[in-house]
Amino acid sequence: MNDFEQFKQTFFEECEELLQRFEEVAVTLVAGPNDPEGLDDLFRSVHSIKAGAGAFKFQRLVTYSHELENVMDMVRAGKLELGEGDPELIVQAGDILTDLVAAARAGLDAEDGLEADVLARLAVLAGQAGSPKAEISAVADTPVSEGDYRIRFRPHRAMYETANEPQLLFQALKSVGDVHVEADLSGLPELSKLDPGEGHVAWVVEVRGAKDRDAIAEVFEFVDGDCDLEIEPLTDTAAEDSAAKAGDSGLFIEIDSPAAPGNEAPPAPTEPGSGGGQGPVAPGKNTAPAAAQASSIRVELGRIDRLVDMVGELVIAQAMALDSLSELVDMRHVNQLQALEDLTMRTRQLQEGVMAVRMQPLKALFSRFPRVVRDLSKKLGKNVRLELEGEGTEVDKTIIEELSDPLTHMIRNCMDHGLETVEERIAAGKPEQGVVKLSAEHRNGRILIRVSDDGRGLDPEKVLNKAIANGLVEEGAELSKEEIEALIFMPGFSTAAEVSDVSGRGVGMDVVRRNIQKLGGRVTLESEFGKGSTFTLALPLTLAVLDGMLVDIANERYVVPLSTIVETVCAEPEMMRELPEGGSVMSIRGDMIRLVDVCSVLGLSREGKTEPLRKLAVIVETEFGRRIGLIVDELLGQQQVVIKSLETNYRSIDGVAGTAILGDGRVRLILDIDGLAALDTSPAPGSDMPEPTQNPIASGGLAG
Amino acid sequence: MSAEDAVLATAEAIADGKDVPADHRQYVSFAVGHEQYAVDIMSVREIKGWTEVTSLPNQPEYVRGVLNLRGAVLPIVDLQRRLGGQMTETTPRHVIVIVALGNRQVGMLVDAVSDILDVATDKIQPVPETNARDDARVLSGFLTDDEQMVAMLDLERLLSAEVFGERMETEEAAA
Repeated sequence: MNDFEQFKQTFFEECEELLQRFEEVAVTLVAGPNDPEGLDDLFRSVHSIKAGAGAFKFQRLVTYSHELENVMDMVRAGKLELGEGDPELIVQAGDILTDLVAAARAGLDAEDGLEADVLARLAVLAGQAGSPKAEISAVADTPVSEGDYRIRFRPHRAMYETANEPQLLFQALKSVGDVHVEADLSGLPELSKLDPGEGHVAWVVEVRGAKDRDAIAEVFEFVDGDCDLEIEPLTDTAAEDSAAKAGDSGLFIEIDSPAAPGNEAPPAPTEPGSGGGQGPVAPGKNTAPAAAQASSIRVELGRIDRLVDMVGELVIAQAMALDSLSELVDMRHVNQLQALEDLTMRTRQLQEGVMAVRMQPLKALFSRFPRVVRDLSKKLGKNVRLELEGEGTEVDKTIIEELSDPLTHMIRNCMDHGLETVEERIAAGKPEQGVVKLSAEHRNGRILIRVSDDGRGLDPEKVLNKAIANGLVEEGAELSKEEIEALIFMPGFSTAAEVSDVSGRGVGMDVVRRNIQKLGGRVTLESEFGKGSTFTLALPLTLAVLDGMLVDIANERYVVPLSTIVETVCAEPEMMRELPEGGSVMSIRGDMIRLVDVCSVLGLSREGKTEPLRKLAVIVETEFGRRIGLIVDELLGQQQVVIKSLETNYRSIDGVAGTAILGDGRVRLILDIDGLAALDTSPAPGSDMPEPTQNPIASGGLAG
Repeated sequence: MSAEDAVLATAEAIADGKDVPADHRQYVSFAVGHEQYAVDIMSVREIKGWTEVTSLPNQPEYVRGVLNLRGAVLPIVDLQRRLGGQMTETTPRHVIVIVALGNRQVGMLVDAVSDILDVATDKIQPVPETNARDDARVLSGFLTDDEQMVAMLDLERLLSAEVFGERMETEEAAA
């Protein structure tokens, strides 16, 4: 199923809910005044269906729902009071709407004249607006309700230069109220004089149902001073006028539609509620029966986080209880043991269930990139195809949100610096069309996301020269291929042009790396000159709990993430070999593995304890498949731990992924395998390489 | 004052805080070696007795390690060492004063909590400018009376993450 089909599917699923809601309210209508919240719901349901139908060009559905929406709007605004027989008409109108949606879904043309009768009666009803009946209620006549505002918004050049997008502001406005956007192109110059960086376009935005003016002003807070902004309460005539204009001009965008064309990030199928344009409904105030929202609910992320935290602590408490009880019970208490086992299993299941709530497929994130690639390939004059793979991979929601910017940046990097122009590609004997590939997969309890291109790859010499010119590397330094590739993640490597652009747009790869590290992940670049480059992001699946192996090193206990452990071996002296430049290796079944003495890497001392001849090595795999052996003093067993960030109150430390609080109440450090490996290979001070803190492959702390 | 007494006294002092005249402020003073130091009582979150901490690799000596405080992981700074003295030889009678710095909490290892001081703000003397010693930068002023001289600590300069980071880097650069 392509994306368009997917969005359509989402739209119809949402229609089902909206129609259901419409019917529920419609049958409660009475002649005379009605519950204003119910009327709002009726209006919103029809409105949302119209907007979506417009996006998919279901013309008949649009025309019909437009009429119905008009009537509902008038009723809602108090301009029209329902008389005898009118509630029945609304119910019937809902039935027709259901039929039209069903027809559109089936791809059929609905029966001719199906809606004609109802339309005619609706028109009669609408004609009553402004009649004496409406004037009677003129005391309370608020044709446009209080929270309706018109915003005139003309961004300046500076706003675009600070990487603010009107699109995002309008998206943000959705949380304030129902939004209608109309573009004002009157400021557009002739094509020959058009400056793409200039803010030629202005917008007129109508927000309905906002709490107050401040709520709107808050959305524009960050662009204050970088745009002309007027927020004024909507007057009746103004509203009608602009609605009519908007209807006529083709520039009408329905931001709150489930799949409006301008909407870069369509709501994920799992959140149909997000398309309605209404903010989270306060519990208790919500008059909708549970059934209407059974398919999904929106929950504040903080609540889920607290739940995840609590369950994590529960797992630990349960493990401790089991530990202490298992010493007391013996074979005479088989039933009790059985019950405990049962409890263990269910606790585990509970935990998995809670974690699953936070997981979302990457599709919602990936689906915005085809557009990025299409726009950018036009701008760059390159022919580029985007391939997506593994969109169904599920990741913690927080991680998904944080990935958008880094991924966008990497894709831009691939297209701008990686891929050649068409001519260059032909000259290099490559197909005209360049390929950027975005893929995701689960591996070792982590998620790997790759952004690759088949472009020119990294020119090691050029990169090295630039690093020397920027003072990052000393003249005459000899760097390995990996070290050179790592250079592009160094702060200060960006080109001069990017550096001058401090206002926000010119993020270098060092910023990307920092963002990924904040999530407890890593980013590396592999490149083959002439063939292409691949960025690899390795991220934790979740930020909350970890299965760990407790080890003793120099009388301190540490946690090694279980997902990284391949095996543990007891190394005999003859299996090991010291290296002349320091460090040691061992051979396991013919494979040579580098040993990392955690004790010395972390600067610990064994305090007189003699080093054992036979060394206990925990063989672990780094993110990128390299195996190293960590030398530890003792293995103490497995335990699940709740990750606590060290950065909350302190700072991240190389070689430490985070901390955990164990059953005895003590804090233990979780070792960061890749960080340790990087520390071990860091050259001695005074060499040509940058200092360890700047090492691009150095660890990042686990957030959480 | 023992940790328990100090907690009680601090709690009382905070409860009494409403009665403090506008130009007065309250400070918690404590002993480090032979010196007396003080911090604004409003920045003190908790006072507890010393317990073993988990040491952190490759950190400055004055960072003794991290401690679990009801689920939060806090760094503990050896104040004596941080101010240029020796490492503290810890005993269960030593005290950790937990202070808040913005959103962060940091524990300071001190010998003992001495007193709650109720001080008129104009009684605090600035640090003489000619004092070029490094640790003078972490002091915000002095309070002197007949018996003693108490140095007011500037927590931001003493403990903030930026300072940790900065000092780490200068140490590494020096290495």
